[in-house]
Amino acid sequence: MVQTKPLAAARWRSGRWRLRNPDRVIAVLLVLPSLAAIAVFVYGFIGFTAFASLTRWDNLVPDFSWVGLENYFRLFNTQRFQIDLRNTVTFTSLFLLTSLALGFALAVLLDRRIRGEGIFRSLYLFPLALSFIVTGVVWRWLLNPGSAELGSTGVNLLLDRVGLGALKSGWYTDPRIGIKAVVIAAVWQMSGYMMAMYLAGLRGIPEELREAALVDGASEFQVYRHIIVPLLHPITLGALIILGHISLKIFDLVVAMTGPGPGFSSDVPALFMFDTTFRGNNFAQGAGIAIILLVMVAALIVPYLIYSLRTEVQR
Amino acid sequence: MSRRIWWLAVASLLLWAMTPTGWAAAPSKLEIFSWWTAGGEAEGLAGLFSVYKKLYPNVEIINATVAGGAGAQAKAVLATRLAGGDPPDSFQVHAGLEVEKYNPARFLEPLDDLFKSEGWERVLPKDLLTLLRYQGRFWSVPVNIHRANVLWYNRKVFQDNNLTPPKTFDEFFKVADALKAKGIVPFVFGSKDGWEAGHVFEVVLVGTLGAEGYRGLWTGKTPWTDARVTQALNTFKRMLTYVNTDHPALTWDGAGQYLIDGKGAMQIMGDWQDGWFQSKRYTGYGWAPPPGTAGIFDALSDSFALPKGAKNRQNAVNWLKVVGSREGQEAFNPKKGSICARTDCSPGLFNQYLQSAARDWKTNALVPSVMHGAAAFESWATKFKDIVALFVTSGDVAKTQAALQSACRDAKVCK
Repeated sequence: MVQTKPLAAARWRSGRWRLRNPDRVIAVLLVLPSLAAIAVFVYGFIGFTAFASLTRWDNLVPDFSWVGLENYFRLFNTQRFQIDLRNTVTFTSLFLLTSLALGFALAVLLDRRIRGEGIFRSLYLFPLALSFIVTGVVWRWLLNPGSAELGSTGVNLLLDRVGLGALKSGWYTDPRIGIKAVVIAAVWQMSGYMMAMYLAGLRGIPEELREAALVDGASEFQVYRHIIVPLLHPITLGALIILGHISLKIFDLVVAMTGPGPGFSSDVPALFMFDTTFRGNNFAQGAGIAIILLVMVAALIVPYLIYSLRTEVQR
Repeated sequence: MSRRIWWLAVASLLLWAMTPTGWAAAPSKLEIFSWWTAGGEAEGLAGLFSVYKKLYPNVEIINATVAGGAGAQAKAVLATRLAGGDPPDSFQVHAGLEVEKYNPARFLEPLDDLFKSEGWERVLPKDLLTLLRYQGRFWSVPVNIHRANVLWYNRKVFQDNNLTPPKTFDEFFKVADALKAKGIVPFVFGSKDGWEAGHVFEVVLVGTLGAEGYRGLWTGKTPWTDARVTQALNTFKRMLTYVNTDHPALTWDGAGQYLIDGKGAMQIMGDWQDGWFQSKRYTGYGWAPPPGTAGIFDALSDSFALPKGAKNRQNAVNWLKVVGSREGQEAFNPKKGSICARTDCSPGLFNQYLQSAARDWKTNALVPSVMHGAAAFESWATKFKDIVALFVTSGDVAKTQAALQSACRDAKVCK
């Protein structure tokens, strides 16, 4: 166990970090422009958005008179935004759980060194090569509700043909399902990627560990439960971050697949933000939604950053 | 011949093919911004362009269209261009209060002088002129008129079942019950894009409150708490029990397929549906005013505005003159499937439906469409759209009426 803080300070004092070395000067100079650009174009603009969300800017002409948190109060009182937040929670939790579980299961199956592994691997990974727009269009067709009058299509037609007609549903046009239909498409796209990450992790676990556990009399399940899954924790965490921020920011998939849906049952904050800002010209309120999205993503990612920073320093 | 020479020959040919013909005199330009990209509407725009080209052959027209239903995407692009000081020379805007979205005092040039010099105040109907005035001035030149309240029906289905188009809501439900018993979708509906529900409800409001009462909703004279609004909500709710089950997956044109296939009987939609039927080579449709709206014309109009700081101002002014001219409107409207904003277009150019719309336009009471930018500010219209879209699934009359009232209060029209 190393004490981190004093060490860094000692390094600083000892001059290891001082700009004596000409290489270091060049390095700093090289990084400086991008640091300046990030300061302005990322953090500067985040700051400006936060500021805009506290003003009355509700038209093309900027109006920076201060209104405090009024935009936020109004947002949280808007029925559409309440539905959006509920949808975000539903979508994120279902999407994360299903993709991780499915990715892990696929990885475990592939890890058995089956024949034609390469083919399966590419098959599962292929969806990742598509953009969400394409996925959205394809799944819009697949999950088309069809109708009593014109007959079924897509998945419903398939269910009809194999005699499972009772399972037919309106999918994204049924307000009770709504956003969950979008989860299906999102999981289809991302679970192959999760499989690849887990497979890499599984391959990184030394064979001896498993063998030792098996020799000690552990069952296959116990090996996974007590050895492999804990060893895969860093991968799970990384995957959670990647999937989590995708899910909070999701926009293109919803636009292509369902739009806001009946009664906004598949609406998401990003879609509402686009509508508010660019259709209604209500820039202040749009900025408010953007800031809320940022806070949600930060709530997910900052703990991870702190965690990984700590573990890195400890190494 | 060596391969290199071949390549050179091909390349120079390509270059030659790409060269504009008017090299010598660098042509002046005109950039026109619209969201007309689909079938009839793009042809209409091309018709306008050809009239302009005939008058000003040296001007190169840049057709800056942005696709997307009801102009949602185009409006976003336009807003950023205006705010960023890079306006197109002229752009499309719905006539009426939609112009408020663009802060006319700051971003647009008033066109009163042009209206006077071109004599448009004499050839445009008075109600339309009232609609066009915002803060006492004209900001855009109308090119056409669309009617939002039309009941389209399948003639054969009606004949086979000995029915006539309903004139009142009571008749509507009687007809609907008869059709339902025959296994035909009585009322065809597509609600995918969200605005269609607002559109139908707007027509129900007109039919329930009449022209005067409906106009008052947008000016504060009729309170949204009025019992007739409750009645309209209940009627709309009951109408929704007669629609096709897949309406959330369909846009209005997708739903129109039910009429074409004879599996659906009636649909309420604006008269762009007439152009769409024709592009589908479908002729078996009939039309009537929706229940309660006989003698009332729920109007919207496409128009063009002149932004401040247009790069080719003179060309843009000439463009507006073409837009408002009889020749321009006669070239545009038969293709777009709308009637002239002017009252002096020759009727022979138009099909039977459009001729009947033109007759009604001259005699009916006019009311402004809210879903198409004429009756209310964009922010209010957007809220109205969201509230009605929610109502389609919730069916909560009291809550919806309260929300409509508070939207009116947010717009500072109601107290």
